[in-house]
Amino acid sequence: MVQYATARLDASFAALSDATRRGVLEQLGRADASITELADTFHMTLTGMKKHVGVLERAGLVTTEKVGRVRTCRLGRLGLDEEAAWIEGRRRIWNERFDALDVVVEALKRKEQRDGQ
Amino acid sequence: MGNRVSDGRTKVDRRSERELVVTRIFDAPPRLVFEAWTKADLFKLWWAPKSSPVPILSCEMDVRTGGGYRLVFGHDEANSMAFFGKYLEVVPPSRLVWTNDESGDAAVTTVTFEDEDGKTLLTLQELYPSKEALDEAFVGMEDTTPEQFGQLDDLLASLGAKV
Repeated sequence: MVQYATARLDASFAALSDATRRGVLEQLGRADASITELADTFHMTLTGMKKHVGVLERAGLVTTEKVGRVRTCRLGRLGLDEEAAWIEGRRRIWNERFDALDVVVEALKRKEQRDGQ
Repeated sequence: MGNRVSDGRTKVDRRSERELVVTRIFDAPPRLVFEAWTKADLFKLWWAPKSSPVPILSCEMDVRTGGGYRLVFGHDEANSMAFFGKYLEVVPPSRLVWTNDESGDAAVTTVTFEDEDGKTLLTLQELYPSKEALDEAFVGMEDTTPEQFGQLDDLLASLGAKV
C-alpha cells in the first residue's frame, strides 16, 4: 500500500491538529476571508489569528494575498488529495519504467554470468 | 519540506518546491545498470513506459561530457516529439547529468548509481528552474493521445531470449 511520510504532510497534520485552524479551513471552504474577519469570527486577537494562518500557510493549506491593507486568506491551490495524486502519478510512471529497466538489467546480468562461465 | 510516495520499490520524493527525487534498488552491479542507461539500443527498450501511448521512434546518444542526445517519440516523422539535450557530466559507472533542452524552463537531470553489496541504489534527481515548471512538468507521455502501445513486453522478452 502506498505510504505517505513527509515533512510536508507532517506539517499538514500538525496544522490540522488544532480546532481553531480546522475551523478556519472550514470557513475558507465557504468563502475567502481577511485575517480581521477570521479573528472576529473566532473571537481572537489579530495577532493570534495571524499565527494560526501562518501555520496553515506553511503547511500549504492556505494562501494569503495582501491587497492594500487587507490580507485575504483562501484555501491552498494544492489540497492534500491533489498533492498526493500528483506525486502518485509520477511514481506510477517511474515505477513502470523501472520495472522495464529491471528486465533489461536482469538480461544483462544473465548474459554476463553465462559469458563468464 | 517534501512529499514522498513509495510502494517499497520506487520512491518518489518531492524534496523541495523545484526538486523531484526518484530512488530504486536494482539487483545488479552499477556497471550493468549504467550500461542500460548509456547504450541507445538498451535504453530504448525500457524508457517508454508500458502505458505510454507513443513508441520511441529513434534514440541517439553521444554519452560523454559535452555530448548530446536526441530521443524521438512518435509513430512517424510527421507526428513526432523530440526530447534532447546534452550531457553535462558522464562518470562511468556512477554518475550521469544531462540537460533537457526541449522546453524553455527545462530541468537538469542527475542520476547516480551507488554500489550496495553488488546491488545498485539508483537516485534520479530532476531540478527545475521554478516551482511552476515542476508542477506542470510531465514525465513520459501521459498527456498525449492514448494509442496502442504494447510492444515493450515483446521487445523485452526477445531481448531476454536473445542474450
